[in-house]
Amino acid sequence: MGIVISRPGRAERAVSAAPGIRVERLTKRFGAFTAVDDVSFDIPAGELVAMLGPSGGGKSTILRIIAGLEQADGGSVWLDGLGVDHLPPRERRVGFVFQHYALFRHMTVEENIGYALRVRRVGCAERRERVAELVALMGLHGLERRYPSQLSGGQRQRVALARSLAARPRLLLLDEPFAAVDARVREELRHWLRRLHDEVHVTSIFVTHDQEEAFALADRVLLIHDGRLEQDGSPLEILDDPATEFVARFIGDVNVLDGVVRAGEATVGALRVPVARVTAVPPGERVPVRLVIRSYDLKFWRAEDGGVATVRRVITLGDRVRVEAMVDQAGPLFAQFPRRSSLLHGVAPGVRIGIEVTAARAYPLAPGARPAVPVQHREPRRTFA
Amino acid sequence: MSTPTLPGLRRRPQATTAAARARPSAPRPATTEPAPVCWALIAVALAFLGGFLILPLAVVVAEAARAGWGAYLAAITEPDAAAAVRLTLLTAAIVVPLNLVFGVAAAWAIARFEFVGKNVLVTLIDLPLAVSPVISGLLFVLMFGLNGWLGPWLEAHGVEIVFAVPGIVLATLFVTVPLVARELIPVMQAQGAAEEEASLVLGATGWQTFWHVTLPNVRWGLLYGVIVLNARAMGEFGAVSVVSGHIRGLTNTVPLHVEILYNEYRSAAAFAVASLLMALALLTLAAGALLDRRRSAAADARAAAPGAPLTATPPRAGSASSRRPASASGPGACAD
Amino acid sequence: MFDDVTRKRRRVLPGFGLTLGVTLLYLSLLVLLPLAGLVLKAASLSWAEFRAAAATPRALAAYRLSFGASFVAALVNAVFGLVVAWVLVRYRFPGRRLVEALVDLPFALPTAVAGITLTTLLARNGWLGKPLHALGVDVAFTPLGIVVALTFIGLPFVVRTVQPVLEEMEPDMEEASACLGASRWRTLTAVVLPQLGPALLTGFTLAFARATGEYGSIVFISGNMPMRTEIAPLLIATKLEEYDYAGAAAVATVMLGVSFVLLLAIGRLQRWSGATHRAA
Repeated sequence: MGIVISRPGRAERAVSAAPGIRVERLTKRFGAFTAVDDVSFDIPAGELVAMLGPSGGGKSTILRIIAGLEQADGGSVWLDGLGVDHLPPRERRVGFVFQHYALFRHMTVEENIGYALRVRRVGCAERRERVAELVALMGLHGLERRYPSQLSGGQRQRVALARSLAARPRLLLLDEPFAAVDARVREELRHWLRRLHDEVHVTSIFVTHDQEEAFALADRVLLIHDGRLEQDGSPLEILDDPATEFVARFIGDVNVLDGVVRAGEATVGALRVPVARVTAVPPGERVPVRLVIRSYDLKFWRAEDGGVATVRRVITLGDRVRVEAMVDQAGPLFAQFPRRSSLLHGVAPGVRIGIEVTAARAYPLAPGARPAVPVQHREPRRTFA
Repeated sequence: MSTPTLPGLRRRPQATTAAARARPSAPRPATTEPAPVCWALIAVALAFLGGFLILPLAVVVAEAARAGWGAYLAAITEPDAAAAVRLTLLTAAIVVPLNLVFGVAAAWAIARFEFVGKNVLVTLIDLPLAVSPVISGLLFVLMFGLNGWLGPWLEAHGVEIVFAVPGIVLATLFVTVPLVARELIPVMQAQGAAEEEASLVLGATGWQTFWHVTLPNVRWGLLYGVIVLNARAMGEFGAVSVVSGHIRGLTNTVPLHVEILYNEYRSAAAFAVASLLMALALLTLAAGALLDRRRSAAADARAAAPGAPLTATPPRAGSASSRRPASASGPGACAD
Repeated sequence: MFDDVTRKRRRVLPGFGLTLGVTLLYLSLLVLLPLAGLVLKAASLSWAEFRAAAATPRALAAYRLSFGASFVAALVNAVFGLVVAWVLVRYRFPGRRLVEALVDLPFALPTAVAGITLTTLLARNGWLGKPLHALGVDVAFTPLGIVVALTFIGLPFVVRTVQPVLEEMEPDMEEASACLGASRWRTLTAVVLPQLGPALLTGFTLAFARATGEYGSIVFISGNMPMRTEIAPLLIATKLEEYDYAGAAAVATVMLGVSFVLLLAIGRLQRWSGATHRAA
């Protein structure tokens, strides 16, 4: 049952060179505060893209600018090759799913879904047909006459999605679409969105601060921080090749340690890492660097004599075990292992261990930079909802 | 540690049923008072309200009924009384639509946009409530009266404003300017603009958004504002008294007619006409109580943002109850 | 948090120019222009003339009475309004909903009706006036009667400003206080009352402001004797009836100035009480 997306009109087709969305040097200030700082990206038609980053980083503002709900101070937005900067929201043909859905509380489910067609004066029969189609697509059977207040969070979300698709938008924008529902429903809704996208293929951007969500759903991730685009790449690229220290720290459970790179080796206290295992090593004789090491890129073993660290705590977290060790002449280091991993044999508090770093990333340390917070002890970022 | 006998114990120290408090076996929760104190406070409150609210209502009924049913009917149907009722209705019929449109426009500008001088504007809208009614009337006498700024010119052109119906309408307009706006602004601020934005993104024009989304969302607050506006327009005394000239049968509104009767020592007739105004007041209160349940959003707004200042409408406490959807929209997606 | 910032900046919604234009035009014609007329009229007097009109012994007595009686009435309302609000929010008793609805009566009832009713009730042969007279207390046609009428007029304000604050108050602070060993009385005076302070003060000021301008109910109950029971709004009306426009404008300007100060004070109080309320 396909839904035809984005049938460009005749006038648009004339200028429609590149289908998809292009954002060029977008900037937005609120007083002295720069919410969006020179952001550019291109999204080809049909992709599902996540805009990921900490809360308050400008993601929602970018989305609102694309939808026309906010005026940019600089830069422009192109939809299917058409510059839309001067178009009001209603002429952009963009679907927008609001964070709290913004369903019309005095309208039933079908009135909500049919609204976009009603205000465009689409005939009754056609409207009915389209609403039925979307109700079927979203699995909303039997709820047509309900009001939003009589729906569960997940149902509201699907109504909001259906409503935004009714007028066949050329672009679908979702602002924290899963933040307002509880964890179990969120999981289910993710599958919905992914399936829906595979079926409908509308170009989509969703905002999230949950990296797991971004990686699980998106073809591509735009990492936004402090109004800037930190990195633009596939989930794997972001994971394996973080462009900046921020990205490296934001993604996953990491250790951040200050050390030195010298003669083919990176050194943090007693810990030594062959440079071959460290990406992005700056050239030079002896360079102070900040090393970012993921907690799962470490191997520990019991060292009868010597070793480079002492185990302080071993914490079992369900299927994983977290080990905290104190590196000689440096700070604490966290590692994670599967519960039954052979690497854990003999690892207990007080035991001396050897450490192998299987992968790390180095960022040159600017002179005078604040020392790294010795421990980055935290769970991978999940939703705070 | 809370006693299970207390109803509705969510996370609020609530609503102690006095009877439950009196039960000796249940230990008293730490956040309530001993039963005798409860009863004493209730007694004080009821005595105060009884003396100030119930007793006056009883007086109106008793005095109006004193001379008998025939005299009551005669008092409210005599030609002067009927003329006063007509003038009051006419005034309300002019004032209510004008101030309704103004209130909606002002609420839209204030609740939906940020602009320089907004606080000044809000204060200005509230100003008529802070001004003594006598001064409100005086303003128009100074403007349009014989010795007023425009008086001579008006007289030369044969236009009568003061001591005539236009003056009464103007004074009433002035006094009731803020009522609808004050009711709407907190409701609209509390609701936020998300639904309106959704409507615009979905392709609606500004007017479509206003009719299909904004208006239905504020309808209870708006209705309440209109009821309050109407009550005030019909009951205004001070300002109208100053500009009317008290010309019997011509520029007497119902409240002024009550005054004249009372000053002529026709007490029973005065209270008979006054009972009409009292009935209007009670109807207004009843409508307000009914609407309260549907205006939970407004009540939330008040609690969250007591920002809008001043006077004559005291903030109404609303019971935060369920947001009830409209019952009357039937035929589904194709209903317009 | 960021969304709040963005929401305020939006000019994407249509209708700003139209609605603001209508608002400004309407207010200018109906409110600003007449007010300017009043101020101009008062300004047409020289300072000496102004003082002679606005500061006569009779006018001074009227101000004293207006503000004094308003203050006492607002004080009475602060005390009893607090009790009423407390009882309405914290206790359940028969007739509570009726009381809840009736609290707004003084706002809905036309002041003329309130005036003749209270006068009849408190006159020497009235239901309450008779026993009070027997006790040697006269209420109608004395300053006390004015206080009673102003108390009636201002009754809803304290109740309606305190009530929502009480409703929103979470029990944890009271529970904490109780756990720390405070008696119920001490919890009320040291924990609950301070939280109500801003709202109480706001309600008091609202009742006071409303009372200073009251006219309709007072003309009936006060007896209107110059120097003794003549309030300022009545003095204005009297001067107007004597076609002393300038004198009326002078007294009105003084009252208007006071109203304006009160209006600003109330705005501040409400922001303050809103802030403490939210922080609580």
